Amino acid sequence: MSTTLKKEHKSARPERGGQATMVEAIRQGIWEEMERDPTVFVIGEDVGAYGGAFKVTDGLIDQFGKERVIDTPISEGAIVGAACGAALMGMRPVAEFQFIDFISAGFDLLTNYAAKCRYRWGAGLPTVFRGPCGSGVRSGPFHSLNAEAFFLNTAGLKIVEPSTAYDAKGLIKAAIRDPDPVLYFEHKKLYRLPRLREELPPDDYIVEIGKARVARTGRDLSIITFGAMVLTALDAAEELEREGLDVEVIDLRTLAPLDKTAILASVKKTSKAIVLHEASRTGGIGGEIAALLAEEAFEWLDAPVVRIASIDTPVPYSPPLEDYYLPQTKDVVDGARKLAAY
Amino acid sequence: MDQINTKYGPRKAPEGQPLTCTTETTLKPEQLLELYRYLKLTRLVEERLVNLYRQTKVVGGVFRSLGQEATAVGSAYALQPEDFITPLIRDLGAVLVKGIRPREIFAQYMAKAWGPSGGRDLNIHFGDMQKGFIGPISHLGDMIPVMTGILLGARFQKKNFVGIAYIGDGGMSTGAFHEGLNFAAVQRLPLIVVAEHNHYAYSTPTSLQTAVKDLAEKAAGYGIPAHIVDGNDVIACYEVTKLAADYARRGNGAVLIEAKTYRRKGHAEHDDQRYVGAGEIEWWEQNNDPVDRFEKYLLESGVTQPQLDTITADVVREIDEDCAWAESSPMPEPEQAAYNVFDNSIVSPSFRPKVLES
Repeated sequence: MSTTLKKEHKSARPERGGQATMVEAIRQGIWEEMERDPTVFVIGEDVGAYGGAFKVTDGLIDQFGKERVIDTPISEGAIVGAACGAALMGMRPVAEFQFIDFISAGFDLLTNYAAKCRYRWGAGLPTVFRGPCGSGVRSGPFHSLNAEAFFLNTAGLKIVEPSTAYDAKGLIKAAIRDPDPVLYFEHKKLYRLPRLREELPPDDYIVEIGKARVARTGRDLSIITFGAMVLTALDAAEELEREGLDVEVIDLRTLAPLDKTAILASVKKTSKAIVLHEASRTGGIGGEIAALLAEEAFEWLDAPVVRIASIDTPVPYSPPLEDYYLPQTKDVVDGARKLAAY
Repeated sequence: MDQINTKYGPRKAPEGQPLTCTTETTLKPEQLLELYRYLKLTRLVEERLVNLYRQTKVVGGVFRSLGQEATAVGSAYALQPEDFITPLIRDLGAVLVKGIRPREIFAQYMAKAWGPSGGRDLNIHFGDMQKGFIGPISHLGDMIPVMTGILLGARFQKKNFVGIAYIGDGGMSTGAFHEGLNFAAVQRLPLIVVAEHNHYAYSTPTSLQTAVKDLAEKAAGYGIPAHIVDGNDVIACYEVTKLAADYARRGNGAVLIEAKTYRRKGHAEHDDQRYVGAGEIEWWEQNNDPVDRFEKYLLESGVTQPQLDTITADVVREIDEDCAWAESSPMPEPEQAAYNVFDNSIVSPSFRPKVLES
């Protein structure tokens, strides 16, 4: 067997800042944190020489060596458990799930060990569990998951999901520095989307966990969303603007703990709310946000809260099926029109 | 090293003679007495817990290691202070050897504020990183990958310690056990898995748990060596763990030790053991009790009964003191339930529990 690799591949150190897609922004963030803090390391399946299924960790092994970029067996339980153990020793692991669908195989250790350790005996676990989520890329039932609702009801896990390159870098850096477990979801459709390419500042910045962002300011109606659906909401808002409807878009960025202040401030201003997400509707995060609005913004609401989400099925593979499954811009436009007319 | 080393495995007693312990030992006389102290401490702490349970002072269940104390005590005693353990519920002996005091255990069982988890979790479900003790969770097998991570972290930090993860004939059936041990083996981490073959997982006999005859056979699937040890011979447990620890410490990777023992009590105090064959428990009690065997060994090697009685009296005094301390602890303040999910200094104010809001 040949000992030389088929392709001699060396990735240069990514720029600090500059023009970046979302995948480059995440890589920059991990890279900078590994340079800044020797306790940060990467662990996951095919994250080393191959650079990860989506090349998020590309080049890290050349720079930091295989001691800090660890290829594991196909063993999500081992990845999560080992990350927890290393964190107890004072390390800061960044663990990758090859697809977020496979987080189910690490569910037990995430929800029972990682989430409860600080509460049970004061041992906070500074761990990041990240991976590609999301549908709309024709990947079928096992490579398209949005997993946030599985974890919202588990105390002790923070959940973030960026929708811009800037936030992707700032949030991964914040997650790595966080003293508690953070689930970091990356929508795979956004990784290389030219539309999201933007100029990142050269300085060392973070985006604070727990803070939403106003992606578009408006006064008639609020769309509360996150991840790839932020783009859907912005597209819908643009179309609605031509009809004279002024739509505000809230990009949650952090799903746990939710930024109640930002959600309530927007809805108290517009008095009408659409909650939009990609995961199935029943038991989704939209229900939690709708309940929050019912409890704490009831007097400000001029109409029922509208939830727009995927249908309650697995994510289908064939394009016509998946397009039917997923909320489309048209669905949001239609929903907003009806809500505006209420 | 042979694939399965049985040098310290169970042996039949000579005809008409009761079982004792292996005489092949490097332990010094004062160490042997210390081992005796830990064996008695383990048994008597558990007996005190049963008393507290019957007085309804224990909030949850009480889990005994009666009849299998030698495995936990002997194996943990073979470690260096900097080494780590992650025990199961039946390894109280190992926890005590690692320096956790009985008062912490009593306070935990009674759900008191002064317990190490402040009443948030039960029994030995806590940890003390300074003492190399990481408590288990109820999900069996999970601590194997966690200990693998501890050892991975240690390797980053150029610390050369070993870790014991305890498991049982039941816990070895879990996916987490497999995933953790496989990863440790691949990474050649100094993990020692002590598999306590005590015949029952709750009520399920080992024959319904696995098709292998000896749990040690499973080591072959991970490319690691295994030992079979008489789990009721505290000296053998010490010696075999020392061998395994030396092997792991030298950078050879993971090792599996199967300790053959027997669980004389039920899963917990409430368990009536209706699933156990008639006479089985009594046979082990009369013929293969780890404390009896070690006492006989000590007396034959020149230790006197008054010496053993003095140790026992000292253990009882410590238990009395620590139990009184734990009983004097208040219960936790109710609102403490709301703290410490996250490091509160950075929890977004809007999401703080109500009691934390000004």
